[in-house]
Amino acid sequence: MSVSAISQISLPFLMGNNLNAWSDALAGLTISWFPLGLVIIAAIPLVFIALYALTYGVYGERKISAFMQDRLGPMEVGKWGILQTLADILKLLQKEDIVPTSADKFLFVIGPGILFVGSFLAFAVLPFSPAFIGANLNVGLFYAIGIVSLEVVGILAAGWGSNNKWSLYGAVRSVAQIVSYEIPAAIALLCGAMMAGTLDMQQISVQQSGPYGFAHFFLFQSPIAWLPFLIYFIASLAETNRAPFDIPEAESELVAGYFTEYSGMKFAVIFLAEYGSMFMVSAIISIVFLGGWNSPLPNLGSVALYDWTSGPVWGAFWIISKGFFFIFVQMWLRWTLPRLRVDQLMYLCWKVLTPFAFISFVLTAIWEIYVP
Amino acid sequence: MNNATYISIFYIFAAITVFSAAFVVFSKNVIYSAFALLFTFFGVAALYVFLSADFIAVTQIVVYVGGILVLLLFGVMFTNSIMQADLKSDVLHVVPGTLLLVATVGGLLFTFYTTGTWKPSDVQLHGSVVERIGIETMSRYVLPFEMASILLLAVLIGAAFLARYDKVRNNEQ
Repeated sequence: MSVSAISQISLPFLMGNNLNAWSDALAGLTISWFPLGLVIIAAIPLVFIALYALTYGVYGERKISAFMQDRLGPMEVGKWGILQTLADILKLLQKEDIVPTSADKFLFVIGPGILFVGSFLAFAVLPFSPAFIGANLNVGLFYAIGIVSLEVVGILAAGWGSNNKWSLYGAVRSVAQIVSYEIPAAIALLCGAMMAGTLDMQQISVQQSGPYGFAHFFLFQSPIAWLPFLIYFIASLAETNRAPFDIPEAESELVAGYFTEYSGMKFAVIFLAEYGSMFMVSAIISIVFLGGWNSPLPNLGSVALYDWTSGPVWGAFWIISKGFFFIFVQMWLRWTLPRLRVDQLMYLCWKVLTPFAFISFVLTAIWEIYVP
Repeated sequence: MNNATYISIFYIFAAITVFSAAFVVFSKNVIYSAFALLFTFFGVAALYVFLSADFIAVTQIVVYVGGILVLLLFGVMFTNSIMQADLKSDVLHVVPGTLLLVATVGGLLFTFYTTGTWKPSDVQLHGSVVERIGIETMSRYVLPFEMASILLLAVLIGAAFLARYDKVRNNEQ
Protein backbone atom coordinates (compact mmCIF):
# COMPACT_ATOMS: atom_id res chain seq x y z
CA MET A 1 0.00 0.00 0.00
CA SER A 2 1.53 3.28 -0.97
CA VAL A 3 -0.27 5.41 1.56
CA SER A 4 3.07 6.63 2.77
CA ALA A 5 3.89 7.84 -0.72
CA ILE A 6 0.91 10.16 -0.64
CA SER A 7 1.63 13.82 -0.21
CA GLN A 8 5.28 14.53 -0.01
CA ILE A 9 4.81 18.13 -0.91
CA SER A 10 1.67 18.83 1.11
CA LEU A 11 1.97 21.95 3.18
CA PRO A 12 3.02 21.29 6.77
CA PHE A 13 0.08 23.13 8.36
CA LEU A 14 -2.33 20.63 6.82
CA MET A 15 -1.99 18.25 9.76
CA GLY A 16 -0.15 15.10 8.81
CA ASN A 17 -0.34 12.80 5.85
CA ASN A 18 -2.45 10.00 7.26
CA LEU A 19 -5.66 8.77 5.68
CA ASN A 20 -8.63 10.87 6.82
CA ALA A 21 -6.35 13.19 8.82
CA TRP A 22 -8.49 16.27 8.19
CA SER A 23 -11.86 14.71 8.84
CA ASP A 24 -10.60 12.92 11.97
CA ALA A 25 -9.21 16.19 13.29
CA LEU A 26 -12.50 17.94 12.54
CA ALA A 27 -14.55 15.16 14.15
CA GLY A 28 -12.65 15.67 17.40
CA LEU A 29 -13.46 19.37 17.48
CA THR A 30 -16.18 20.09 20.02
CA ILE A 31 -17.09 23.26 21.85
CA SER A 32 -18.21 22.19 25.34
CA TRP A 33 -20.93 19.68 24.38
CA PHE A 34 -21.66 20.88 20.85
CA PRO A 35 -19.94 18.75 18.15
CA LEU A 36 -18.99 21.70 15.96
CA GLY A 37 -16.53 19.67 13.87
CA LEU A 38 -19.21 17.22 12.77
CA VAL A 39 -21.41 20.09 11.64
CA ILE A 40 -18.50 21.53 9.65
CA ILE A 41 -17.85 18.13 8.03
CA ALA A 42 -21.49 17.99 6.95
CA ALA A 43 -21.41 21.61 5.77
CA ILE A 44 -18.40 21.19 3.47
CA PRO A 45 -20.19 19.01 0.84
CA LEU A 46 -23.25 21.25 1.12
CA VAL A 47 -21.23 24.37 0.34
CA PHE A 48 -19.46 22.46 -2.41
CA ILE A 49 -22.77 21.45 -4.06
CA ALA A 50 -24.09 25.01 -3.89
CA LEU A 51 -20.91 26.55 -5.31
CA TYR A 52 -20.49 24.00 -8.09
CA ALA A 53 -24.18 24.11 -9.06
CA LEU A 54 -24.00 27.91 -9.32
CA THR A 55 -20.79 28.12 -11.31
CA TYR A 56 -20.24 25.00 -13.33
CA GLY A 57 -23.76 23.57 -13.11
CA VAL A 58 -25.83 26.51 -14.28
CA TYR A 59 -23.43 28.94 -15.96
CA GLY A 60 -21.16 26.20 -17.33
CA GLU A 61 -24.01 24.18 -18.73
CA ARG A 62 -25.53 27.21 -20.44
CA LYS A 63 -22.20 28.19 -21.96
CA ILE A 64 -21.28 24.65 -23.01
CA SER A 65 -24.67 24.04 -24.61
CA ALA A 66 -24.42 27.42 -26.34
CA PHE A 67 -21.00 26.65 -27.81
CA MET A 68 -22.19 23.22 -28.96
CA GLN A 69 -25.08 24.85 -30.78
CA ASP A 70 -22.90 27.62 -32.22
CA ARG A 71 -24.45 30.32 -30.04
CA LEU A 72 -22.90 32.66 -27.50
CA GLY A 73 -25.11 31.91 -24.49
CA PRO A 74 -25.56 34.49 -21.70
CA MET A 75 -23.51 37.60 -22.59
CA GLU A 76 -25.29 40.58 -21.07
CA VAL A 77 -24.71 40.50 -17.30
CA GLY A 78 -21.05 41.08 -16.57
CA LYS A 79 -18.13 40.10 -18.76
CA TRP A 80 -19.14 37.01 -20.85
CA GLY A 81 -22.33 36.90 -18.80
CA ILE A 82 -20.48 35.67 -15.71
CA LEU A 83 -22.91 37.38 -13.33
CA GLN A 84 -25.98 35.92 -15.08
CA THR A 85 -26.30 33.15 -12.47
CA LEU A 86 -26.25 35.67 -9.61
CA ALA A 87 -29.00 37.66 -11.30
CA ASP A 88 -31.00 34.45 -11.73
CA ILE A 89 -30.57 33.60 -8.06
CA LEU A 90 -31.80 37.04 -7.02
CA LYS A 91 -34.80 36.61 -9.28
CA LEU A 92 -35.48 33.15 -7.86
CA LEU A 93 -35.34 34.41 -4.27
CA GLN A 94 -37.83 37.17 -4.97
CA LYS A 95 -40.33 34.90 -6.71
CA GLU A 96 -43.62 34.20 -5.05
CA ASP A 97 -43.75 30.76 -3.50
CA ILE A 98 -46.80 29.33 -5.21
CA VAL A 99 -48.61 26.28 -3.84
CA PRO A 100 -51.51 25.25 -6.13
CA THR A 101 -54.87 25.28 -4.34
CA SER A 102 -55.73 21.70 -5.25
CA ALA A 103 -52.26 20.40 -4.39
CA ASP A 104 -51.64 18.19 -1.41
CA LYS A 105 -49.89 20.83 0.73
CA PHE A 106 -47.91 18.47 2.92
CA LEU A 107 -46.52 16.24 0.17
CA PHE A 108 -45.94 19.23 -2.11
CA VAL A 109 -43.73 20.88 0.50
CA ILE A 110 -41.96 17.76 1.73
CA GLY A 111 -41.16 16.34 -1.75
CA PRO A 112 -38.23 18.62 -2.67
CA GLY A 113 -36.88 18.20 0.87
CA ILE A 114 -36.75 14.40 0.68
CA LEU A 115 -35.29 14.65 -2.82
CA PHE A 116 -32.46 16.90 -1.68
CA VAL A 117 -31.75 14.86 1.45
CA GLY A 118 -31.54 11.69 -0.64
CA SER A 119 -29.09 13.29 -3.03
CA PHE A 120 -27.04 14.92 -0.26
CA LEU A 121 -26.77 11.86 2.01
CA ALA A 122 -24.63 10.05 -0.56
CA PHE A 123 -21.97 12.77 -0.23
CA ALA A 124 -21.25 11.45 3.26
CA VAL A 125 -19.22 8.56 1.84
CA LEU A 126 -17.44 10.35 -1.03
CA PRO A 127 -13.72 10.67 -0.25
CA PHE A 128 -13.00 14.23 -1.35
CA SER A 129 -9.31 13.82 -0.62
CA PRO A 130 -7.05 11.21 1.00
CA ALA A 131 -7.45 13.25 4.17
CA PHE A 132 -11.17 14.00 4.01
CA ILE A 133 -14.26 11.82 3.95
CA GLY A 134 -17.58 12.52 5.65
CA ALA A 135 -18.10 9.06 7.12
CA ASN A 136 -15.54 6.31 6.57
CA LEU A 137 -18.08 3.48 6.44
CA ASN A 138 -16.93 -0.03 5.59
CA VAL A 139 -20.08 -0.41 3.49
CA GLY A 140 -19.56 2.95 1.76
CA LEU A 141 -20.20 1.90 -1.84
CA PHE A 142 -23.30 -0.12 -0.91
CA TYR A 143 -24.58 2.87 1.07
CA ALA A 144 -24.04 5.20 -1.87
CA ILE A 145 -26.05 2.91 -4.15
CA GLY A 146 -28.79 2.32 -1.59
CA ILE A 147 -29.42 5.83 -0.32
CA VAL A 148 -30.52 6.91 -3.80
CA SER A 149 -33.83 5.13 -3.13
CA LEU A 150 -34.78 8.02 -0.81
CA GLU A 151 -34.74 10.26 -3.87
CA VAL A 152 -37.32 7.99 -5.50
CA VAL A 153 -39.77 8.58 -2.65
CA GLY A 154 -39.13 12.33 -2.87
CA ILE A 155 -39.92 12.33 -6.59
CA LEU A 156 -43.15 10.41 -5.99
CA ALA A 157 -44.16 12.81 -3.20
CA ALA A 158 -43.51 15.82 -5.44
CA GLY A 159 -45.32 14.31 -8.41
CA TRP A 160 -48.36 13.13 -6.47
CA GLY A 161 -48.52 16.21 -4.25
CA SER A 162 -48.67 18.58 -7.23
CA ASN A 163 -52.03 17.07 -8.24
CA ASN A 164 -51.19 17.56 -11.88
CA LYS A 165 -51.32 14.94 -14.65
CA TRP A 166 -47.96 15.92 -16.11
CA SER A 167 -46.29 15.90 -12.72
CA LEU A 168 -47.62 12.46 -11.84
CA TYR A 169 -46.68 11.04 -15.24
CA GLY A 170 -43.21 12.54 -14.92
CA ALA A 171 -42.79 11.14 -11.42
CA VAL A 172 -43.96 7.65 -12.40
CA ARG A 173 -41.70 7.60 -15.46
CA SER A 174 -38.77 8.87 -13.46
CA VAL A 175 -39.23 6.32 -10.68
CA ALA A 176 -39.72 3.42 -13.09
CA GLN A 177 -36.52 4.47 -14.84
CA ILE A 178 -34.46 4.90 -11.67
CA VAL A 179 -35.64 1.60 -10.18
CA SER A 180 -34.89 -0.30 -13.41
CA TYR A 181 -31.47 1.19 -14.04
CA GLU A 182 -30.40 0.61 -10.44
CA ILE A 183 -29.89 -3.06 -11.31
CA PRO A 184 -27.26 -2.81 -14.09
CA ALA A 185 -25.65 0.09 -12.19
CA ALA A 186 -25.31 -1.92 -8.99
CA ILE A 187 -23.95 -5.00 -10.79
CA ALA A 188 -21.44 -2.89 -12.69
CA LEU A 189 -20.23 -1.30 -9.45
CA LEU A 190 -20.02 -4.76 -7.90
CA CYS A 191 -17.35 -5.57 -10.52
CA GLY A 192 -15.30 -2.66 -9.20
CA ALA A 193 -15.93 -3.77 -5.62
CA MET A 194 -14.73 -7.28 -6.54
CA MET A 195 -11.50 -5.88 -7.97
CA ALA A 196 -10.94 -3.87 -4.80
CA GLY A 197 -12.08 -6.60 -2.41
CA THR A 198 -13.77 -4.00 -0.21
CA LEU A 199 -16.76 -1.67 -0.15
CA ASP A 200 -14.89 1.05 1.75
CA MET A 201 -14.62 4.06 -0.58
CA GLN A 202 -11.32 5.23 0.90
CA GLN A 203 -9.79 1.73 0.61
CA ILE A 204 -11.03 1.40 -2.99
CA SER A 205 -9.09 4.58 -3.77
CA VAL A 206 -6.02 3.41 -1.88
CA GLN A 207 -5.98 0.16 -3.88
CA GLN A 208 -5.60 2.19 -7.06
CA SER A 209 -2.64 4.31 -6.04
CA GLY A 210 0.84 3.60 -7.23
CA PRO A 211 3.83 5.22 -8.90
CA TYR A 212 2.58 4.51 -12.42
CA GLY A 213 -0.40 6.80 -12.02
CA PHE A 214 -3.27 5.91 -14.33
CA ALA A 215 -1.95 2.37 -14.95
CA HIS A 216 -3.06 1.44 -11.42
CA PHE A 217 -6.67 2.51 -12.02
CA PHE A 218 -9.14 -0.38 -12.12
CA LEU A 219 -10.19 0.62 -15.62
CA PHE A 220 -6.70 -0.36 -16.85
CA GLN A 221 -6.13 -3.22 -14.42
CA SER A 222 -8.29 -5.81 -16.14
CA PRO A 223 -9.23 -6.37 -19.80
CA ILE A 224 -12.97 -6.48 -18.93
CA ALA A 225 -13.19 -3.40 -16.73
CA TRP A 226 -14.22 -1.13 -19.61
CA LEU A 227 -17.53 -3.01 -19.86
CA PRO A 228 -18.82 -2.34 -16.30
CA PHE A 229 -17.39 1.18 -16.61
CA LEU A 230 -19.46 1.84 -19.70
CA ILE A 231 -22.56 0.13 -18.27
CA TYR A 232 -22.37 2.18 -15.07
CA PHE A 233 -21.89 5.39 -17.02
CA ILE A 234 -24.99 4.74 -19.18
CA ALA A 235 -27.04 3.64 -16.16
CA SER A 236 -25.94 6.68 -14.18
CA LEU A 237 -27.23 8.95 -16.95
CA ALA A 238 -30.62 7.27 -16.56
CA GLU A 239 -30.51 7.47 -12.77
CA THR A 240 -29.97 11.22 -12.84
CA ASN A 241 -32.62 11.69 -15.57
CA ARG A 242 -30.10 13.17 -17.97
CA ALA A 243 -30.41 13.05 -21.73
CA PRO A 244 -30.81 10.77 -23.65
CA PHE A 245 -32.84 9.31 -20.77
CA ASP A 246 -34.77 12.47 -19.88
CA ILE A 247 -38.30 11.33 -20.72
CA PRO A 248 -39.39 12.05 -17.11
CA GLU A 249 -39.00 15.75 -17.89
CA ALA A 250 -39.55 15.63 -21.63
CA GLU A 251 -40.55 19.24 -22.22
CA SER A 252 -42.37 18.47 -25.46
CA GLU A 253 -44.68 15.95 -23.77
CA LEU A 254 -44.83 16.64 -20.04
CA VAL A 255 -44.06 20.38 -19.64
CA ALA A 256 -41.32 19.81 -17.03
CA GLY A 257 -42.10 16.45 -15.45
CA TYR A 258 -42.51 16.12 -11.72
CA PHE A 259 -41.45 19.70 -10.96
CA THR A 260 -43.93 21.38 -13.32
CA GLU A 261 -45.79 23.10 -10.46
CA TYR A 262 -42.75 24.23 -8.49
CA SER A 263 -41.47 27.79 -8.43
CA GLY A 264 -39.11 29.92 -6.39
CA MET A 265 -37.00 28.29 -3.73
CA LYS A 266 -38.62 24.84 -3.98
CA PHE A 267 -37.61 24.74 -7.63
CA ALA A 268 -34.11 25.78 -6.64
CA VAL A 269 -33.93 22.95 -4.10
CA ILE A 270 -34.99 20.41 -6.75
CA PHE A 271 -32.32 21.75 -9.06
CA LEU A 272 -29.65 21.59 -6.35
CA ALA A 273 -30.65 17.95 -5.77
CA GLU A 274 -30.30 17.21 -9.49
CA TYR A 275 -26.87 18.81 -9.69
CA GLY A 276 -25.90 17.07 -6.46
CA SER A 277 -26.73 13.63 -7.85
CA MET A 278 -24.98 14.48 -11.14
CA PHE A 279 -21.75 15.08 -9.23
CA MET A 280 -22.41 12.09 -6.99
CA VAL A 281 -22.61 9.57 -9.85
CA SER A 282 -19.62 11.19 -11.57
CA ALA A 283 -17.59 10.96 -8.37
CA ILE A 284 -18.61 7.32 -7.82
CA ILE A 285 -17.57 6.30 -11.34
CA SER A 286 -14.23 8.06 -10.90
CA ILE A 287 -13.65 6.47 -7.49
CA VAL A 288 -14.51 2.93 -8.55
CA PHE A 289 -12.88 2.86 -11.97
CA LEU A 290 -10.58 5.87 -12.25
CA GLY A 291 -8.76 6.00 -8.95
CA GLY A 292 -10.69 8.72 -7.12
CA TRP A 293 -8.21 11.15 -5.62
CA ASN A 294 -5.16 9.47 -7.15
CA SER A 295 -3.08 11.40 -9.61
CA PRO A 296 -3.23 9.94 -13.14
CA LEU A 297 0.30 11.17 -13.94
CA PRO A 298 3.01 8.46 -13.80
CA ASN A 299 6.51 8.73 -12.41
CA LEU A 300 8.86 8.87 -15.41
CA GLY A 301 12.33 8.13 -14.08
CA SER A 302 13.58 11.17 -12.22
CA VAL A 303 10.58 13.23 -13.36
CA ALA A 304 8.39 12.09 -10.46
CA LEU A 305 5.11 13.52 -11.73
CA TYR A 306 3.04 11.19 -9.54
CA ASP A 307 4.86 12.16 -6.35
CA TRP A 308 4.67 15.84 -7.18
CA THR A 309 0.94 15.75 -7.83
CA SER A 310 -0.19 13.66 -4.85
CA GLY A 311 -1.31 14.79 -1.44
CA PRO A 312 -4.46 15.88 0.35
CA VAL A 313 -4.90 19.12 -1.61
CA TRP A 314 -3.95 17.54 -4.93
CA GLY A 315 -6.30 14.67 -4.12
CA ALA A 316 -9.22 17.05 -3.76
CA PHE A 317 -8.18 18.67 -7.04
CA TRP A 318 -8.05 15.34 -8.89
CA ILE A 319 -11.35 13.92 -7.69
CA ILE A 320 -13.20 17.17 -8.36
CA SER A 321 -11.67 17.46 -11.83
CA LYS A 322 -12.56 13.85 -12.63
CA GLY A 323 -16.12 14.47 -11.45
CA PHE A 324 -16.32 17.66 -13.52
CA PHE A 325 -15.00 15.81 -16.55
CA PHE A 326 -17.84 13.27 -16.35
CA ILE A 327 -20.37 16.07 -15.83
CA PHE A 328 -18.97 17.66 -18.98
CA VAL A 329 -19.52 14.36 -20.84
CA GLN A 330 -23.10 14.30 -19.51
CA MET A 331 -23.70 17.81 -20.88
CA TRP A 332 -22.03 16.90 -24.14
CA LEU A 333 -24.31 13.87 -24.58
CA ARG A 334 -27.34 15.98 -23.75
CA TRP A 335 -26.79 18.14 -26.82
CA THR A 336 -25.72 15.25 -29.05
CA LEU A 337 -28.16 12.38 -28.61
CA PRO A 338 -31.93 12.38 -29.19
CA ARG A 339 -34.29 11.31 -26.42
CA LEU A 340 -35.24 7.62 -26.11
CA ARG A 341 -38.82 6.41 -26.14
CA VAL A 342 -40.16 4.57 -23.09
CA ASP A 343 -40.03 1.15 -24.77
CA GLN A 344 -36.50 1.79 -26.05
CA LEU A 345 -35.51 2.83 -22.55
CA MET A 346 -36.76 -0.40 -21.01
CA TYR A 347 -35.32 -2.47 -23.87
CA LEU A 348 -31.89 -0.94 -23.29
CA CYS A 349 -32.07 -1.57 -19.54
CA TRP A 350 -33.42 -5.11 -19.39
CA LYS A 351 -32.26 -6.68 -22.64
CA VAL A 352 -28.92 -4.98 -23.20
CA LEU A 353 -27.38 -3.49 -20.05
CA THR A 354 -28.50 -6.10 -17.51
CA PRO A 355 -27.26 -9.20 -19.44
CA PHE A 356 -23.98 -7.49 -20.26
CA ALA A 357 -23.62 -6.45 -16.63
CA PHE A 358 -23.99 -10.12 -15.62
CA ILE A 359 -21.46 -11.16 -18.27
CA SER A 360 -18.95 -8.59 -17.05
CA PHE A 361 -19.62 -9.69 -13.47
CA VAL A 362 -18.78 -13.33 -14.26
CA LEU A 363 -15.75 -12.41 -16.38
CA THR A 364 -14.41 -10.08 -13.69
CA ALA A 365 -14.84 -12.83 -11.09
CA ILE A 366 -12.92 -15.30 -13.30
CA TRP A 367 -10.20 -12.73 -13.94
CA GLU A 368 -9.86 -11.89 -10.25
CA ILE A 369 -9.65 -15.55 -9.21
CA TYR A 370 -7.43 -17.03 -11.91
CA VAL A 371 -5.21 -14.15 -12.97
CA PRO A 372 -2.90 -13.05 -10.18
CA MET B 1 -18.71 12.40 19.99
CA ASN B 2 -19.50 12.33 23.68
CA ASN B 3 -22.06 10.13 25.34
CA ALA B 4 -24.82 12.70 25.83
CA THR B 5 -24.88 13.64 22.13
CA TYR B 6 -24.87 9.96 21.23
CA ILE B 7 -27.83 9.20 23.47
CA SER B 8 -29.81 12.24 22.34
CA ILE B 9 -29.32 11.26 18.68
CA PHE B 10 -30.52 7.76 19.56
CA TYR B 11 -33.67 9.13 21.16
CA ILE B 12 -34.34 11.41 18.19
CA PHE B 13 -34.26 8.41 15.85
CA ALA B 14 -36.30 6.29 18.24
CA ALA B 15 -38.95 9.03 18.42
CA ILE B 16 -39.01 9.36 14.61
CA THR B 17 -39.53 5.60 14.30
CA VAL B 18 -42.27 5.33 16.89
CA PHE B 19 -44.23 8.43 15.91
CA SER B 20 -44.13 7.74 12.18
CA ALA B 21 -45.16 4.13 12.82
CA ALA B 22 -48.11 5.41 14.88
CA PHE B 23 -48.97 7.78 12.04
CA VAL B 24 -48.92 4.87 9.55
CA VAL B 25 -51.47 3.04 11.65
CA PHE B 26 -53.73 5.91 12.70
CA SER B 27 -53.80 8.03 9.54
CA LYS B 28 -56.99 7.68 7.53
CA ASN B 29 -55.30 8.73 4.30
CA VAL B 30 -53.55 5.76 2.67
CA ILE B 31 -51.10 7.96 0.80
CA TYR B 32 -49.98 9.67 4.01
CA SER B 33 -49.60 6.27 5.68
CA ALA B 34 -47.39 5.08 2.82
CA PHE B 35 -45.20 8.18 2.97
CA ALA B 36 -44.95 8.00 6.77
CA LEU B 37 -43.63 4.47 6.32
CA LEU B 38 -40.51 6.06 4.76
CA PHE B 39 -39.63 7.68 8.09
CA THR B 40 -40.30 4.44 9.96
CA PHE B 41 -37.94 2.47 7.71
CA PHE B 42 -35.36 5.23 7.91
CA GLY B 43 -35.55 5.36 11.70
CA VAL B 44 -35.21 1.57 11.96
CA ALA B 45 -32.16 1.72 9.69
CA ALA B 46 -30.65 4.34 12.02
CA LEU B 47 -31.34 2.09 15.02
CA TYR B 48 -29.46 -0.72 13.24
CA VAL B 49 -26.49 1.63 12.93
CA PHE B 50 -26.58 2.12 16.70
CA LEU B 51 -26.30 -1.68 17.02
CA SER B 52 -23.14 -1.56 14.80
CA ALA B 53 -25.00 -3.47 12.10
CA ASP B 54 -24.27 -1.01 9.30
CA PHE B 55 -24.64 -3.59 6.54
CA ILE B 56 -28.12 -4.51 7.73
CA ALA B 57 -28.97 -0.81 8.02
CA VAL B 58 -28.10 -0.17 4.37
CA THR B 59 -29.87 -3.38 3.32
CA GLN B 60 -32.94 -2.13 5.20
CA ILE B 61 -32.89 1.09 3.14
CA VAL B 62 -32.30 -0.74 -0.17
CA VAL B 63 -34.92 -3.43 0.32
CA TYR B 64 -37.65 -1.60 2.21
CA VAL B 65 -37.39 1.97 0.93
CA GLY B 66 -36.07 1.21 -2.57
CA GLY B 67 -38.20 -1.86 -3.17
CA ILE B 68 -41.21 -2.40 -0.98
CA LEU B 69 -42.17 1.21 -0.28
CA VAL B 70 -41.95 2.19 -3.96
CA LEU B 71 -44.08 -0.82 -4.92
CA LEU B 72 -46.59 0.13 -2.22
CA LEU B 73 -46.74 3.76 -3.38
CA PHE B 74 -47.24 2.69 -6.98
CA GLY B 75 -50.02 0.35 -5.92
CA VAL B 76 -51.73 3.02 -3.84
CA MET B 77 -51.39 5.71 -6.52
CA PHE B 78 -52.77 3.54 -9.28
CA THR B 79 -55.81 2.57 -7.24
CA ASN B 80 -58.88 4.53 -8.26
CA SER B 81 -60.66 6.86 -5.84
CA ILE B 82 -58.10 6.33 -3.13
CA MET B 83 -58.69 9.70 -1.54
CA GLN B 84 -62.43 9.23 -1.14
CA ALA B 85 -62.33 5.79 0.42
CA ASP B 86 -63.73 5.72 3.94
CA LEU B 87 -61.36 3.51 5.83
CA LYS B 88 -63.26 3.45 9.10
CA SER B 89 -64.80 0.09 9.86
CA ASP B 90 -68.46 -0.09 10.86
CA VAL B 91 -67.85 -2.81 13.41
CA LEU B 92 -66.12 -1.67 16.57
CA HIS B 93 -65.34 -4.02 19.46
CA VAL B 94 -63.65 -1.83 22.02
CA VAL B 95 -63.54 -4.18 24.99
CA PRO B 96 -62.17 -7.33 23.28
CA GLY B 97 -59.73 -5.15 21.33
CA THR B 98 -58.38 -3.52 24.47
CA LEU B 99 -58.13 -6.87 26.23
CA LEU B 100 -56.19 -8.32 23.31
CA LEU B 101 -53.86 -5.30 23.22
CA VAL B 102 -53.17 -5.42 26.96
CA ALA B 103 -52.59 -9.17 26.85
CA THR B 104 -50.19 -8.96 23.90
CA VAL B 105 -48.18 -6.01 25.24
CA GLY B 106 -48.11 -7.53 28.71
CA GLY B 107 -46.95 -10.88 27.38
CA LEU B 108 -44.22 -9.30 25.27
CA LEU B 109 -42.96 -7.13 28.12
CA PHE B 110 -43.02 -10.09 30.51
CA THR B 111 -40.95 -12.16 28.09
CA PHE B 112 -38.51 -9.30 27.57
CA TYR B 113 -37.92 -8.71 31.26
CA THR B 114 -37.76 -12.33 32.41
CA THR B 115 -35.93 -14.23 29.67
CA GLY B 116 -33.84 -11.60 27.91
CA THR B 117 -30.26 -11.04 28.95
CA TRP B 118 -29.58 -7.40 28.20
CA LYS B 119 -25.85 -7.40 28.78
CA PRO B 120 -23.69 -6.07 25.94
CA SER B 121 -21.44 -8.77 24.52
CA ASP B 122 -17.89 -8.96 25.85
CA VAL B 123 -16.36 -9.02 22.38
CA GLN B 124 -16.52 -5.64 20.70
CA LEU B 125 -17.14 -5.74 16.96
CA HIS B 126 -14.07 -4.70 15.02
CA GLY B 127 -13.51 -4.04 11.36
CA SER B 128 -15.79 -4.94 8.52
CA VAL B 129 -18.91 -7.05 9.04
CA VAL B 130 -19.38 -7.44 5.29
CA GLU B 131 -16.65 -10.05 4.88
CA ARG B 132 -18.01 -12.16 7.71
CA ILE B 133 -21.54 -11.98 6.33
CA GLY B 134 -20.22 -13.07 2.93
CA ILE B 135 -18.21 -15.96 4.33
CA GLU B 136 -21.11 -17.18 6.50
CA THR B 137 -23.55 -16.93 3.57
CA MET B 138 -21.24 -18.95 1.35
CA SER B 139 -20.37 -21.60 3.97
CA ARG B 140 -22.75 -22.29 6.84
CA TYR B 141 -25.90 -20.82 5.31
CA VAL B 142 -25.29 -21.80 1.70
CA LEU B 143 -28.36 -24.08 1.53
CA PRO B 144 -30.91 -21.46 2.70
CA PHE B 145 -29.20 -18.94 0.43
CA GLU B 146 -29.56 -21.18 -2.63
CA MET B 147 -33.14 -22.05 -1.72
CA ALA B 148 -34.01 -18.36 -1.46
CA SER B 149 -32.46 -17.76 -4.87
CA ILE B 150 -34.50 -20.60 -6.42
CA LEU B 151 -37.67 -19.19 -4.82
CA LEU B 152 -36.89 -15.72 -6.20
CA LEU B 153 -36.22 -17.19 -9.65
CA ALA B 154 -39.60 -18.94 -9.57
CA VAL B 155 -41.27 -15.67 -8.55
CA LEU B 156 -39.52 -13.85 -11.39
CA ILE B 157 -40.64 -16.42 -13.97
CA GLY B 158 -44.19 -16.33 -12.60
CA ALA B 159 -44.31 -12.53 -12.73
CA ALA B 160 -42.97 -12.50 -16.29
CA PHE B 161 -45.55 -15.13 -17.28
CA LEU B 162 -48.43 -13.13 -15.78
CA ALA B 163 -47.34 -9.82 -17.26
CA ARG B 164 -46.59 -11.26 -20.70
CA TYR B 165 -48.31 -9.95 -23.79
CA ASP B 166 -50.98 -12.53 -24.54
CA LYS B 167 -50.89 -13.15 -28.31
CA VAL B 168 -53.73 -15.68 -28.47
CA ARG B 169 -56.25 -13.59 -26.56
CA ASN B 170 -55.31 -10.43 -28.45
CA ASN B 171 -55.96 -12.12 -31.80
CA GLU B 172 -59.41 -13.22 -30.70
CA GLN B 173 -60.55 -9.71 -29.90
